[in-house]
Amino acid sequence: MCLGVPGKIVETYEKGGLKMARVDFGGVFREACLDYVPEARVGEYCVIHVGFAISVLSEEDALETLDLLRQIGSLEEELGTGSAA
Amino acid sequence: MKYVTEYRDAALVKSVIEEIRRTVTRPWTLMEICGGQTHAIVRHGIDQLLPPEIELVHGPGCPVCVTPLELIDKALEIAARPDVIFCSYGDMLRVPGSKRDLFSVKAQGGDVRVVYSPLDAVALAQQHPDKQVVFFAIGFETTAPPNVMSVLQAQKLGLKNYSILVSHVRVPPAINAILSSPHNRVQGFLLAGHVSAVMGYWEYPPLVEKFRIPMVVTGFEPLDIVQGILTTVQLLEAGKIEVANAYQRAVTFDGLKPAQAAINKVFMECDRKWRGIGMIPMSGWCLRPEFGEYNAEKRFDVADIHAEESPLCIAGEILQGLKKPHHCPAFGKQCTPENPLGATMVSSEGACAAYYKYKRVEA
Repeated sequence: MCLGVPGKIVETYEKGGLKMARVDFGGVFREACLDYVPEARVGEYCVIHVGFAISVLSEEDALETLDLLRQIGSLEEELGTGSAA
Repeated sequence: MKYVTEYRDAALVKSVIEEIRRTVTRPWTLMEICGGQTHAIVRHGIDQLLPPEIELVHGPGCPVCVTPLELIDKALEIAARPDVIFCSYGDMLRVPGSKRDLFSVKAQGGDVRVVYSPLDAVALAQQHPDKQVVFFAIGFETTAPPNVMSVLQAQKLGLKNYSILVSHVRVPPAINAILSSPHNRVQGFLLAGHVSAVMGYWEYPPLVEKFRIPMVVTGFEPLDIVQGILTTVQLLEAGKIEVANAYQRAVTFDGLKPAQAAINKVFMECDRKWRGIGMIPMSGWCLRPEFGEYNAEKRFDVADIHAEESPLCIAGEILQGLKKPHHCPAFGKQCTPENPLGATMVSSEGACAAYYKYKRVEA
């Protein structure tokens, strides 16, 4: 129930006094409410949970994390200790 | 898919697991609080790839599993009324009450509907002014912002035929209860990523101080989970007692302030009974008195129902991390997803359902 899926905001509009968006989940489109993330813009990615955006994903943090984890992988390759490809 | 594919990179996951193997020097028992993470761990076999020193025990973070039996029986009673459209997240439909489940109410003619979002239930109330629309508002901190928004929307629209049956639970009091138990074995916590996206992680430093164990905010993809485990193990091995965030792209310390404000406007803290565990003080949310007209329990005046669990089911011990699903003599025999004795065998977040689905029968 707490899964939440990342999706890309493709369009924003108002409905019933709420800030809404059309969100692209890798080709599947659903409506989501942006009222809790009023700063979210078209083109940004949000975690969507039961029709509500609960987080705007930070690209900078995402890249930093991946970088850090890739460094573990490359260190392993250097040392020849791991199974990283 | 962006923010998904790159976090399922098998080579990267393996290299992080290698790093865990290099870091660990002694046995550690960690608990993932969230049932969504339990399913991801078992599905991807992460528990089997970890070095033997690391044991993962599964926590109570399955909202469907901990919703008390009495409340499910109340839901069944309300849903069976001819004037009611009863709306629920899909997970709840097969959860056994003491005699039947929501599916069987539907089969017997009850108007029970699965909705994707609680706003869909509000829309139904607008479309059916002659009916009472009731939404089964269960869940942890993640479903609270949508659920309270449905009440605020109903209020804004002046709807008199919308109410919610509330069974909200919160993570920090559950962690407090688990760590206070004399049987506790947990030495580090993987905190639920999306609960933290909403609430931030400012509630955890006092728990970390009180119990002297590290806690790490962790996401849901395989790479997120192994990163959360690595960070926890690094803290444990270094003797560092603190809260860390291994899900930085989605979680900030403060969390989602507008959502927290909406929750505080509509809900207040209350004692809550957890199915299989018992009452945990101030572990739930319920409607504030000023929103009492949206309280389905009051609107329908359902009497307190005395309900009894299956004597075979050990879901309570499983939810507290004291036992694992295959320790239950009924697992896979009297109790299966088709004929569940307890809610942990039903939900997409229940530990028993995960072990059954991915055929995990050995330790």
